[in-house]
Amino acid sequence: MPVIEYRTALNQALEEEMLRDGKVFIMGEEVAEYNGAYKVTKGLLDKFGPERVKDTPITESGFTGLGVGAAMMGLRPVVEYMSWNFSLVAIDQIISNAAKMYYMTGGQFNVPMVMRGANGAAAQVSSQHSHNLESFYAHIPGLIVMAPATPYDAKGMLKAAIRDNNPVIFLENEFLYGMTGEVPEEEYIIPIGKGDIKREGTDVTLVAHLRQVILAQEAADILAKEGISVEIVDPRTIKPLDIDLIAESVRKTKRLVVTEEGHSFCGFGSEVATQIHDLCFDDLDHPVVRVSQNENPLPYAKNLEAESLPSVEKIVAGVRKVMYRK
Amino acid sequence: MKSIGKEEALKMLRQMLVCRRFEEACLKGYQQKHITGFCHTYIGQEAVAVGTLNHLTEEDSFVTSYRCHAQGLVRGMSAREIMAEMYGKVTGCVRGKGGSMHVFSKELNHLGGHGIVGGQIPVGTGAAFAGKYEGKKVVNITYFGDGASAQGTFHESVNLAALWDIPCIYICENNQYGMGTATKRAVANTDIQDQAAGYGIKGYEINGLDAVEVYTKMKDIIAEVRETSRPVIINMVTYRYKGHSVSDAGLYRTKDEVKSFMDQDCINRFSAQMQELGWIDEDAYKALDKEVKAEIKDAVKFAEDSPWPPLDEVATHVLA
Repeated sequence: MPVIEYRTALNQALEEEMLRDGKVFIMGEEVAEYNGAYKVTKGLLDKFGPERVKDTPITESGFTGLGVGAAMMGLRPVVEYMSWNFSLVAIDQIISNAAKMYYMTGGQFNVPMVMRGANGAAAQVSSQHSHNLESFYAHIPGLIVMAPATPYDAKGMLKAAIRDNNPVIFLENEFLYGMTGEVPEEEYIIPIGKGDIKREGTDVTLVAHLRQVILAQEAADILAKEGISVEIVDPRTIKPLDIDLIAESVRKTKRLVVTEEGHSFCGFGSEVATQIHDLCFDDLDHPVVRVSQNENPLPYAKNLEAESLPSVEKIVAGVRKVMYRK
Repeated sequence: MKSIGKEEALKMLRQMLVCRRFEEACLKGYQQKHITGFCHTYIGQEAVAVGTLNHLTEEDSFVTSYRCHAQGLVRGMSAREIMAEMYGKVTGCVRGKGGSMHVFSKELNHLGGHGIVGGQIPVGTGAAFAGKYEGKKVVNITYFGDGASAQGTFHESVNLAALWDIPCIYICENNQYGMGTATKRAVANTDIQDQAAGYGIKGYEINGLDAVEVYTKMKDIIAEVRETSRPVIINMVTYRYKGHSVSDAGLYRTKDEVKSFMDQDCINRFSAQMQELGWIDEDAYKALDKEVKAEIKDAVKFAEDSPWPPLDEVATHVLA
């Protein structure tokens, strides 16, 4: 099986879906002539031309709303945000228009639009360029939120997102773009809302998504040496959440740790913890433990950034805590 | 007026009366507490909807703000389905899920009915983009108010449309107040058509109180946009007689000012012009108005008699 980068997997998904459906087009900053800020759209301008791969001005609200209108008329826009931080400029279009349209039109107009780009911290890019927006967007009914951790997931999930009839928030991560993994040559689709066991284990369930899956793997290796068997559950889709898969794992391990790069208050981990308390209260041997970013804007200095973000060490500590170990 | 022709003029007069009587019925329904939430009426501005929408083809689309009932009626939605929406009934155009601000019709390419000032402007731009993408000779009319003309969404949209040759007609329904703030206190240059020059496109000012002027000028402008795919900005100067919404007592304008615009009423003016040509007389006008009032009365009755949405409706249409 070919081993490719995460960005290449996304690129393949885009190309395949554009070949399959003429209504799919791409727009965003630097997606065409520059070949994408992270090279996700590399080569697509040459293959599909400027009518379907469109460089936009740096006006996220305008081009996001343009995507909403185009989607209402039957096109299937894929909007790239160079980073999800910039989506905050367009948040009214995403929430008031894209998310609410199907409902407030009584089911008349749906918005089949994918919005994708890098989410979360990169390497020391400071406060304004490091937002984790999954909890923001997952809060809003009408949006689907996806966050693939591997090249395999990235390709299969992006294809599912493009074919879906709803607005999809598709979160990637700068650190993941260069990561490699096996991706089959034959076509496959990963259904929206289907989680994945990234590592089987028996002692602790560790829920992680996006880059946290990579950190969770490292933490699990360390913990294995201490005799703790960690099961990593990657929900892959944040909303709708595959809570059944998480609950099934918790019923087996009796312990749950949730790690996320976002802040803790009203974070994704709160939602998982609440739902697991509802479903598995009697199964739990320890309250749910959460690992997340500190409650401060992300600072620039390397040591302060590391202090703020979740890490392999913090995940290891969280697992030890849930195991009542020091 | 002559270039419009008698048949089209009669249709327009009827459409304006339908809008006026519909909105009057909304105000009454609001006073009686049948209609709640927000309610923004179009009374005084009817010539704009009538003078513009009648030039669209079936495949063309349009989008507007929360002051959206009249555009729906003129485009061909029934007074029944819009009034039922006002009443929050399941027979409403969006099944009671939108209310006054969210009139939509997929069948008629009415893209709403939007509640955030300026939020609809990129949406209309996208609808026009979609038509061009699919190789059709279609246009979109994007309506917005003078208050929205200062929003970033307007400028971002016009920039995109000018850059990409998107056939979008940006009509600023300049009713001279953004809620209680006079345009001159909110917009640095109240000649909103001047914005066009900054984007290398054409801009026009039109007297939105004169249905003949709106209709005849917009006929040529829309034809040109359809042909050239170049967007335009229209400063459609008009006036609303009532408050911004029903909760607005309108204390920021004088009675004399309101009266001065009511003296230029678009329906009276249009009707008088028709009478001069002998296309309608006083009796025929009264008969037409009576017929329209009966249609609106029927719509109100329909809304009153319609059932509430069933409770399971609360969870449907969240995702497609």
